[in-house]
Amino acid sequence: MSGLASFQRNFAGALFDEASAFAPAGHPAFAVYRNTVMRASLDALEGNFPAVVCLVGRDWFRAAAAIHVAEDPPRDARLSTYGEAFPRFLAGFEPASGLPYLADVARLDRLWSESLHAADATPLGTQHLAALAPQALAGMRLRLHPATRWFASALPARTIWQASRQGKPVDDTLAWDPEYAVVVRVAHDVRVLRAGVVDVALLEACEAGATLGEATLAVAEAHSEARIDLILSGLLQSGAFAKS
Amino acid sequence: MRGPLAAGMGFKPQHIEDALHRASPGLWFEVHPENYLAEGGPHPAMLDALAERHPVSLHGVSLSLAAAAPPDPRHLHRLRRLVDRVKPVLVSEHLAWSTWGGAYVPDLLPFPRSHEALARVVENVQRSQDALGRKLSLENPSHYLALEGHDWSETDFLAELVRRSGCGLLLDINNVYVSAHNLGTDARAYLDRFPLRSVTEIHLAGHGVDDGSAGGLLVDSHDAPVAEPVWELYRHVLALVGARPTLIERDGNIPSFDELHEECVRANVLLAEHRMAA
Repeated sequence: MSGLASFQRNFAGALFDEASAFAPAGHPAFAVYRNTVMRASLDALEGNFPAVVCLVGRDWFRAAAAIHVAEDPPRDARLSTYGEAFPRFLAGFEPASGLPYLADVARLDRLWSESLHAADATPLGTQHLAALAPQALAGMRLRLHPATRWFASALPARTIWQASRQGKPVDDTLAWDPEYAVVVRVAHDVRVLRAGVVDVALLEACEAGATLGEATLAVAEAHSEARIDLILSGLLQSGAFAKS
Repeated sequence: MRGPLAAGMGFKPQHIEDALHRASPGLWFEVHPENYLAEGGPHPAMLDALAERHPVSLHGVSLSLAAAAPPDPRHLHRLRRLVDRVKPVLVSEHLAWSTWGGAYVPDLLPFPRSHEALARVVENVQRSQDALGRKLSLENPSHYLALEGHDWSETDFLAELVRRSGCGLLLDINNVYVSAHNLGTDARAYLDRFPLRSVTEIHLAGHGVDDGSAGGLLVDSHDAPVAEPVWELYRHVLALVGARPTLIERDGNIPSFDELHEECVRANVLLAEHRMAA
């Protein structure tokens, strides 16, 4: 290994290792680098997971996130993308076990950022489908808008997420049922919409490349009671699909 | 037609309305491209709107030109698309490294200025200039640690880098001040040896005093107004080299647009004196 490469390996290693034997790390000034790197990484996570911060408080958040940063530092200079593995970290983080919904709330924060930064596209509206004959409609493959995401939680994580983003306490009447959400972006405005299992099934089928006919048939078999026509038009109106 | 660049401001999204509606001769804005490299959404759109209204400079923090590895080709590709879209008046980066083994370390890290490091930086700068289709200017870093293993002084290293790669230089006078304080060297002597003719841009910023275990160090924190000794050094540089586009950088404790603009006005007065003298 070249002199420059071994210097950089040792320097980078010492940033997250207080016990490093790398000589410059023994100098008090090395703390400036350790502090800067940790602060920038924590600022990024704090910015990317605001609902989690609201639920656990800033101090707890930064203490927990620091463990994650040392284990899994950023890999992309676009720090708005940092934290892909943070929900999984929280799911396995023992001190958070009293908040079983925390990892799902983090997942929804993450989907919100992904949606915000996804590519732009023209939404496909109901009027675009209205002109098609039924046969053409059934054979059509709907393209998801690049900013569309969906979310399923065994807990009421969408409601908790929503309240946290608004800085409000969760209503006493909260029902501890599974929840679903569809995340769409209308122009530059990300919206997290209340949804059901059928919305998610329909979006998954479309993403897998099914035609509209195949997708509705598969969803109808699994959820015979569902009004798929209404659900599809709701998704179209929300901007979940894009013109191809 | 746009006139010559005078003093510019580090762009902050909270200033977008003022930035879009204000104009003063020579005003320009600088951004870290990393904050605008999303595929879509509001951030790239905001930069497009800004670039339509004012000259914009791209000041990268992550090409990691002093790393013992070539710059990330995907990052260069995204940067090239941004350069083609916003047509920046200046494109700059740092004499530092920030990537190791696939990780991105969000800081500008130092290295021994060895012959090997010079060859590597020259190659990385050339590779980046080719990929971007633009000349880069490299910024002198802030120092906190006296490292071993230098074959070159920083000013000679930069002069040789310019000669071999054809790049320009971004002179950050706050970094010069902070580094001289931290390493116990003389800021004026450094500036007198700096290859000033290659300077395409000057940075002015505020600094803070480290309150942690590294007590007494000055930290290039960009969270305060430009300090008086830095304005003094700025006057010294202008007297040596004449007017250069000058940026007021601010990244923390962000004040109002007007307050930042006041610092631009102060720089403009000095720039005008040196334009007249030229």
